[in-house]
Amino acid sequence: MVTIATQTPAVHTESKVPMKEFVRKGEPPTEDYREKLFELEAKGELEVQRVPEPIMEVETKYGRKKKIPVEHTWHHKSCGQCGHIPGYSTSIFWLHRQFGLDYFDPKDQSSCTAWNYYASSTSNSAAQAAIAVRNFAQAKLDGYFPLIHCGTSFGHYKETREEIIHHPELRDQVRRIMDRLKMPFVFPEEIVHYSEWVHAMRHRIAERQVLDFSNLTITVHPACHYHKLVVEDAIYDRELYDGQRTAIVTGLVEALGANAADYSTWHDCCGFGFRHILVSRDFSRSFSTIRKIERMKEEADPDITLTHDTGCVTTLDKSQFAAQAHGRNVGIPVMSDAQFAALSMGAHPYNVCQLHWHGVDNKPVLEKMGIDHAKAWGEFEAIAERIESGELDFMTWEDADVN
Amino acid sequence: MSIYTDAKYMDVPYEDKLKLFKEVKDDMRYDHNLYGCYECGICVAACPSARFYDFSPRVFAQIMAREDVDTFYELMNDSVWDCSQCYSCTRCPRQNSPGGIILMMRDAAVRAGLQSAKDALRAYSRIIYKVMSTGTQVAPDMLQPDFFPDWGTDVKAVAENLDVWRRAIPPETLHTTELAWDVSEKTRLELYMIWKLTGNLELIEGIDEGIYMILEEVMEELLDDNGYDIDDFENILEE
Repeated sequence: MVTIATQTPAVHTESKVPMKEFVRKGEPPTEDYREKLFELEAKGELEVQRVPEPIMEVETKYGRKKKIPVEHTWHHKSCGQCGHIPGYSTSIFWLHRQFGLDYFDPKDQSSCTAWNYYASSTSNSAAQAAIAVRNFAQAKLDGYFPLIHCGTSFGHYKETREEIIHHPELRDQVRRIMDRLKMPFVFPEEIVHYSEWVHAMRHRIAERQVLDFSNLTITVHPACHYHKLVVEDAIYDRELYDGQRTAIVTGLVEALGANAADYSTWHDCCGFGFRHILVSRDFSRSFSTIRKIERMKEEADPDITLTHDTGCVTTLDKSQFAAQAHGRNVGIPVMSDAQFAALSMGAHPYNVCQLHWHGVDNKPVLEKMGIDHAKAWGEFEAIAERIESGELDFMTWEDADVN
Repeated sequence: MSIYTDAKYMDVPYEDKLKLFKEVKDDMRYDHNLYGCYECGICVAACPSARFYDFSPRVFAQIMAREDVDTFYELMNDSVWDCSQCYSCTRCPRQNSPGGIILMMRDAAVRAGLQSAKDALRAYSRIIYKVMSTGTQVAPDMLQPDFFPDWGTDVKAVAENLDVWRRAIPPETLHTTELAWDVSEKTRLELYMIWKLTGNLELIEGIDEGIYMILEEVMEELLDDNGYDIDDFENILEE
């Protein structure tokens, strides 16, 4: 019988080869889309909306500096976040309010409709580009810069940017549509995802941290449409994973003093599938629990798994109920980086983070964070009762910050 | 003639298959989705759908590169809707995007109104109605135990308390139950114009006539209320 050693050797031999550090010398292998946009602007084809000051600079995959606006942001909301996990969007707004930053939450915003497009193909490039540009034009008219909440909107808008840059016939179609809408043809200088804002703000968030997270173990699921669609436009950091995978979310975990734990299937998708999560969930449930949650449990046993997109929070969280009924090794609370950041700064778990919309029991981890969830739920219920009785129309931001 | 003895859809005229194949190759995105294939299988290793279905992103890259029209048509009917559209396959060392190829194939299948596309989208079409009519893909009132029985007891709690719980969220735009957020009438109007100008309403007619009729009625009403005639919006892509 052959036995295979599974433990790390006790004696570690120093390498005889000197450690080498890779230093990037060449230019990035991809084009600079901003330069292309400025060229089109110079020809009078479209208008480029500049990132407003003040800005924060971060590094993307091939070393380009990306500008992230601190404030004056037009919040391009997400269907799934607003519809099914409203504490996600609320936490993003709450963070802006805590820092006293100027932002705008528009009603003149449509979905990017890309969830539907990736699910059903019942659209086309011209419609998808026109929808993107209509939202961007509205942001410009409102005087704010787009901050995209959804990972799929972020990825799809980057794809749309490539198509607009490379295909004059598409630009012509979009221009004619925008003329009919009596709106300008605007494209932003940078497509910025909210999690990039959270990442860039992470040290300021840590300065305002009121809860100790040093006893928490966190696994991170990087969202596919964040880092796999138009890869060169995602944030990487030499100090995190040696720059070999996106720094998003993990950077926040480390800044807040929690322990980021690795697991082997980090690159796998969550199982969302766009069409599948709505009408073929057997696939979504199986993939999410077998390839993601169970692997995390087995390899890292985290207190929470954090992610930064709508579909990932939904799929990873909601898939665990049925798997639990089958006795599978699941039971990891799931939340977004924005909710995690907000909790660290003392946000109310139900009024702000709205954790009662999540599936997996998150009470144990709230206790570990030092949050009295029973008291907090009582506070939420008291406001809900006042709304139900007609005493209040709705919960205000002031109501939300009871603690 | 297919090189495979067990090839399917041999009763479909080759010209019909070739027409769809050419549509995909003529798609403006094609050149950026396929650069050649090493047949290394990295895309398959990264693919979630490959783990659960008889599905391979590599085959899509291969049949397009080889111009295997018969297998193309078979995949377009039997396999294309299994893709998760996660783009994990972009790990390809040649920068191919099998997911992008599949999206173009799905587009062509929908445009052609293939029965397989209709079957794949049958249960989904109410979502098409939601996003095209309201401008948001999902809504809080979809969280019903009969639609999401596998999502746990919190779905029941949300459904029972929906109106109050939606108003117990601080941002004003989220006090909605039928939309994910409060989308203005102006925005819905502009969205309807985009659907019309790009021929998308007619696209739905080829997939689900019932949904098309309801959508047309809803759009016509809002356009009419704002002084527009729905028939004044020609499909600019046909010019």
